Amino acid sequence: MNRIKQLILCLAVMLLATVASPLYAQAPISADTHEKAQAEEEKGFNTVEFLFGHIGDSYEFHITEINGKPIAVPLLVIVRSADRGWFAFSSAKLEHGREYKRFFIPTEGAYKGKVVEKDQYGNIKRPFDLSITKNVFGLLLSCAILLTIFLLMANAYRKNPLGVPSKGQSMMESVILYLEDDIIRPALGDKSRRFSPYLLTVFFFILVNNLMGLVPIFPFGANLTGNISVTLVLALFTYVITNVFGTKTYWKDIFWPEVPVFLKTPVFPLMQVIEFISTLTKPIALMIRLFANIFAGHMIILVLISLIFIFSAAFPAHASAVGGGTAVLSVLFSVFMYCLELLVAFIQAYVFTMLSAIFIGLAQHEEHEEAHEEIPVETK
Amino acid sequence: MDLFLPDSGLVVWMLLAFGIVFAILAKFGWPVILGSLQKREEHIAESLKKADEAIEALSGLEQKGKDIIASAEAEQIKMVGETKALNQKMIDEAKAEATRQADKIIASAREQIVKEKEAAIAELNQEVVKLSIQMAEKILLRELNDRKAQSEYVESLLKDNTLS
Repeated sequence: MNRIKQLILCLAVMLLATVASPLYAQAPISADTHEKAQAEEEKGFNTVEFLFGHIGDSYEFHITEINGKPIAVPLLVIVRSADRGWFAFSSAKLEHGREYKRFFIPTEGAYKGKVVEKDQYGNIKRPFDLSITKNVFGLLLSCAILLTIFLLMANAYRKNPLGVPSKGQSMMESVILYLEDDIIRPALGDKSRRFSPYLLTVFFFILVNNLMGLVPIFPFGANLTGNISVTLVLALFTYVITNVFGTKTYWKDIFWPEVPVFLKTPVFPLMQVIEFISTLTKPIALMIRLFANIFAGHMIILVLISLIFIFSAAFPAHASAVGGGTAVLSVLFSVFMYCLELLVAFIQAYVFTMLSAIFIGLAQHEEHEEAHEEIPVETK
Repeated sequence: MDLFLPDSGLVVWMLLAFGIVFAILAKFGWPVILGSLQKREEHIAESLKKADEAIEALSGLEQKGKDIIASAEAEQIKMVGETKALNQKMIDEAKAEATRQADKIIASAREQIVKEKEAAIAELNQEVVKLSIQMAEKILLRELNDRKAQSEYVESLLKDNTLS
């Protein structure tokens, strides 16, 4: 029964992944053309650009616009050209489509918004891009915050291990102890000490980034946990840790489970392949869950805000009245959404940590525990 | 727009940054924090246990103290009682002694008085005898001086004698 469920889940996720990626890849294009038509009609608010500009990545940290002049903090562009080696320069040099050392940011085409290189024959190529983009900046900032908080905390403990904790310290303590006692230990038992550093790091990393993503002002606001690259790496860490520290029983269960031999040795090792894929579905689900939750939350808030401009653009005759009326509603709704997102920020960090703990815990089971589970499978 | 496809640059940065943060915290952060938390948990549990024991010991001590006070009180009461009895006894004894002494004094006084009285009587007797003799002497002397009277007297005597 469990197997069948797993199989269905695995297939569903694979299907979703294969269907979703072209779908998503196409969606912006169709939105793009739609947006162009709209822009021609209204010459007002560019919704798609607004939404994806806030959710996506960029080479500069855009703060606001005053009288049509964007206020932005330029960040560091680091690229490696295939034939000319490494380059590092300020993104201000590429502003407004300017070219610098044959690098520029196209506003259209396949590489829209990305740094590309024009070689001496005029071919446009994408160099290897390690730029400190808005997201990387947010990532480094969040890492700095995490390190500061926890190294300071560790220092406080090292200095005074049995002293009364300060207010902040005891707040963090209650969170750490909650994670330790209610998530990590139930899932991992005696081995919790070994894995709790990873799980705690992941929890606080996701939490800090979720919260930072909700603050819309300059050093914060990078939509990091709503970015699939970030959740991919987090899920990859969980996957690697699950499998590297998996016990013999865990691997045996995947490649040589206790079922009749004819089931596991057909011409094509279907069972082993499915079992192996089932190990992949778990981290993929982790990756998509976190990404989709945070992405959707940001999207909803941004759409609510952009409704103001969409409506006032739709009724140019009464733009201020319509915009003002919508603003009241939009702000009310987005305040509500912000509260919800605050909750989601904690819940998603919790869910990711809990599921990671469970996946790691499942790969830790030993022979004797497994014997009971396998009996009903054999009778089927 | 490739929002839904991983970006190689960000993946590399993320791997690096998260890996480094994880490594640093796993080495210098979490073991210290978790270790201290556990240590403190144990310390608090132990302290509570000790406090319980101390309270128990204290209640034992309290009981002991109460017992001591109670026995001291009993002792005190007993002692006061004894003292009172002793006191009474001493008073009684003193009284008895005093009475006895007084009796003795009275008896000797009485004896003395009797003796004195006897002596006085004896002396008085002597005095009376002496005085009688002196008086008799004087009377005799005067009677002898007065012949007439003498004779009268003799006559009276004689008369009496004859009569009788």
